[in-house]
This record gives sequence, structure tokens and C-alpha cells, in this order.
Amino acid sequence: MIRVEGLRKRYGDHEALKGIDLRVEPGTVCGLLGPNGAGKTTAVRILTTLLRPDGGRAEVDGLDVVRDAARLRFRIGLAGQHAALDELLTGRRNLEMFGRLYHLSRARARRRAGELLERFELTDAARQPVREYSGGMRRRLDLAASLIVSPPVLFMDEPTAGLDPRSRMRLWELLRDLVEEGTTLLLTTQYLDEADHLADRIVVLREGAVAAAGSPEELKRTIGGDRVQVVFREPGDVDAGLRLLRSIVTPEIDSTEGLRVTVPAADGAQSLIRIAGALDAAGIPVEDLALRRPTLDEVFLRLTA
Amino acid sequence: MYESVYATVRWTLLDSLTIAGRTYARLRAQPGEIVAFLVFPVIMTVLFGYVFGSAIVLPHGGDYRSYLMPGIFMQVMAMTATSAATAVGEDMARGLIDRFRAQPVARSAVLVGRSVADLSLHLLSLAAMVLAGVLIAGWRARGSLGDTAAAFGLLALFGLAMIWVGTYIGLWVRSGAQADAATFGWLFPMTFLANTFVPTEGLPAWLRPVADWNPMSAVVAATRGLFGNPTSVSPAWPLQHPVTASLLWCLGILAVFLPLAVHRYRTMDR
Repeated sequence: MIRVEGLRKRYGDHEALKGIDLRVEPGTVCGLLGPNGAGKTTAVRILTTLLRPDGGRAEVDGLDVVRDAARLRFRIGLAGQHAALDELLTGRRNLEMFGRLYHLSRARARRRAGELLERFELTDAARQPVREYSGGMRRRLDLAASLIVSPPVLFMDEPTAGLDPRSRMRLWELLRDLVEEGTTLLLTTQYLDEADHLADRIVVLREGAVAAAGSPEELKRTIGGDRVQVVFREPGDVDAGLRLLRSIVTPEIDSTEGLRVTVPAADGAQSLIRIAGALDAAGIPVEDLALRRPTLDEVFLRLTA
Repeated sequence: MYESVYATVRWTLLDSLTIAGRTYARLRAQPGEIVAFLVFPVIMTVLFGYVFGSAIVLPHGGDYRSYLMPGIFMQVMAMTATSAATAVGEDMARGLIDRFRAQPVARSAVLVGRSVADLSLHLLSLAAMVLAGVLIAGWRARGSLGDTAAAFGLLALFGLAMIWVGTYIGLWVRSGAQADAATFGWLFPMTFLANTFVPTEGLPAWLRPVADWNPMSAVVAATRGLFGNPTSVSPAWPLQHPVTASLLWCLGILAVFLPLAVHRYRTMDR
């Protein structure tokens, strides 16, 4: 659905994209991850015809983003970093305006606005000007505005930046529904849990190049397996505790920081149970004991450090 | 080919209308703006006509307030650049321009629709100012009906040209406030550095050519002539042929800034 080969973009001396490759299959979600300035927004702007690339090729839904830009604009939706809405107009009026600009008749634009307001739970607020909307409502209206022609491909640039947790989860649900209906979604995000929740495939960008790509699970595996973390209660117990841990799990200790010791957990939860039993039998009190799975944060920090 | 040209023209017109409709809907959403729009002319008329006007005597005679009104008319039309730049700058900051550009909107429609709607609103403001001039300052158009119509036509053309200057500036900034700063700062003083409020004769020799060749002076001189109001004389070519000069200025400004703005809109890289 999205195919990118060797895409380059330069601003003066700054190479924003140094030739990236990307493939997104139909009906899947691709998360573009990376720190500020990694080139995420530049990539989205090129794919949505807002920016011309300096080199390489990009196709969306079989259309070249430069040559077929005019036709492509009917096939994509874009929800950018800001809710791109007219603050003074009502929610309904905004959607009707965007509908008219997609060349819908007045009646169809009105009907489509009604459908979208209903779907995104904005019917009650339809007659209020957007400036009275909450952050979550704005985002939902912005998403609705990008879905007027039910585009097969949707681009979202940091869709949930600045939203409270409840609004974020609501937006995630709405996005998952869209993907289930067959929409292909490419989103950029700085929130790793967002990528983890939504994306089938993650592409990590770093300084305009692809640093890693794969499913969230694949990326986590590159960091290594599960770990058990023990926090001792007494400083005097740490040495005895370490000896005990070495004897039951592995001679290797991942890290020791004051009272906190992390060891690899080769057998996952079973390792945790063995460690708990051994510590209990030895009468060593612990403050905390937990099995920790690698998170995308760790992947991200390692890859973009 | 013929079909596609027809379709392009048709969509450009329809999309322009949609965008123009947005401008009107925005105005309806803030009735306070409309009041400000209509009250401002009255304040300007009283302020300049009576506060300053009471101290100013024209060197060649004539009623100062009749001399003044065409100057204020021009100033109102000149300041359209600031409001256009601010509005476009706000749309840039909000990402609305991006949304329009990522939609299949006809390429010049967003700017054309805006500029036409903007002009119509400013003409409304001009009408309020004319009314204030007639009722408060005793201003009259003493020329023929045709000349009077020509004078208003010239003011409208000048306003349109200035809207495109503002539009182009607005497409380079990232907020409404920046747009305001990038236009008001030179534009407002420039309306004074002309024959708008006082004849240029009294200016120092080094400054007078600047004022005489200011496009705004040509517009003011042309409308004073067409309205049959007192005017001032100057040996400078634009003020000897003010109608021709102001037409050339307006068309020249449009010929430069309209294509520049459309090009910027189509190719902008941020």
C-alpha cells in the first residue's frame, strides 16, 4: 500500500532524510518512531504530497507521490500534529466545508458530516464552535475531517500528543476500528506504548535513516529476554542475596545498583518462582520482586542513543 | 483536454466559493468583529477630521476634511494587507493550509477565494467609512457618477493588490502575530509617508520624492481628482498622471504578488 525506496530530502545543509526504505502492507498499521528531528514528519509530508522529495521514489496506493499527486489526494487522509480546523466554525460546518472541498454536493457533504459526527461521538457538540472543544474532541473532529472520502490510506502525525489518557485510549479504539475495516494507517509517534498498542510494524528512524524495523515483539527481542528484578530491604543482605541468585539462576548478574539487582530470567515466570522460593527459604527480606519484560522504551533508547 | 480545462476552471470557481463561504461564516461567528469593522471608520473620521484637522490648513485652500477623506479611504484599503497576512498566518500555524494542500482543492482556490471574500468585507468597511464621511465630516463626491464609480473601483483594485501582498507574506510566517509584525510595522508608517493626511509640499526635499513616488500617493491623488475633492499638486510624474500611475501600480503589484503567492502555496517547504 505504501512503498518507499531511497527517499531523500535535504533542507540546505541539513539532510532530513538520507534515503529511507519503507513498505506498509494494506490493512496494517506502521508506526514511525524516532526522536525529534529524526525525519518522521518530513516522511509523512512527502507521502501526503505536501513536500517534494529530492531523491528516491514513494508510492501510495499505487500512485506516485510526485507524478500522481493530484489523484493521490483523493486517496489519502492526513491528520497532522495540530488539529487543523477552523476554530470559529462549528464542528459540523468544518466537516461540511472539507466535504465540499472534496467536491461532494452540498447535500452529500451535509450527510457525510452527520455520519462522521455520529461515529466520532460529536453529534451533541456539532453546533458548537471548535474553540469550545476539549483536546480529545478536537482530535476526533480532526480525524473525522481526514476521513470524509473514506480514504484507503490514513496518515497521522503524532495523533495523541497532548491528550489525557482516557482520550488517548478512545482514539486508539477508533483507529483500531478503522484498521479493522481495511484502512492502512501510518502514524508517527513519540509514545512507545502507542506504537506497541497500535502498530503491526515499527520503523525506528534516527537522523534521517532507518535504525531498525520489525514487529514490536521482534524489536523487543533484540534487547534480550525477560529479567527478574530484586530490591533488597537491608544493605547488609545484598552480598548474601547475590551469592544466592548466582547459585540458582545464572552466574551472570545484569546489573547491581544499590539495593536493586537485575538478573536474566531464562525461564520467565518459573525463574521468578525459583528466586522467590530461594530468597524466602534463606530468610532474606525483599522490598520488591518483579518479572520485567523488555519494553519498547528500552529498544528505543538503545537504538537512538 | 478541453474537458479537463473546463473541469479545472469549474473546480477552481467552486472551491473558491467554498473558501469564501468560510470567511463569511467566520464573520457571522464573531459579531463583535463586525461592529469593530464598522465603528473603526467613524473613529478614524472623527480623530483625523476633527482632532488633527482643526490644526491643519491646506496651502492652496480648500476644506481639509474633504481633502482628508480619500486619504482615509486609501488607508483602510492599504491595511487589508495586514488582515490578510494575519489570517493566512493563523491558517499556517493551525495546519489548515497543510490540510487544504493535502486535499484535492484546486491549487489557487484557497488564496483566490480568501482574497475575494476579504475584499468584499473591506468594501463593506469602506462603505461605512463613506457614510461616516458624509454624515460626520460633510464629505461629498463632487465628480460625475462615472468618475465616482471609477474612484471606488480604483480603491477596490488597490485593496485587492494589497490583499495579495499580505497573502504572500502570510505564507512565509508561522503565526498570526508574526504576520501582523511583518506587515503592520512598515505598512502603517508608509500610509503616512504619502499625501494621505498632508500635502507632500511641506516635506523636506530628501523625503518628498519618497512620498511622491509612494503608490499610495498616486491612489489618493487619483481618487481626490475623481471625487472632485481638494487635492495638492506635485511635479512628480505619478501625481501629474495619478489615475494612470495608480492603475499601473495596482496592476504591477498584482502581477508580482499574485503569482508569487500561488507559487509559494503550491511549493512551500517547511
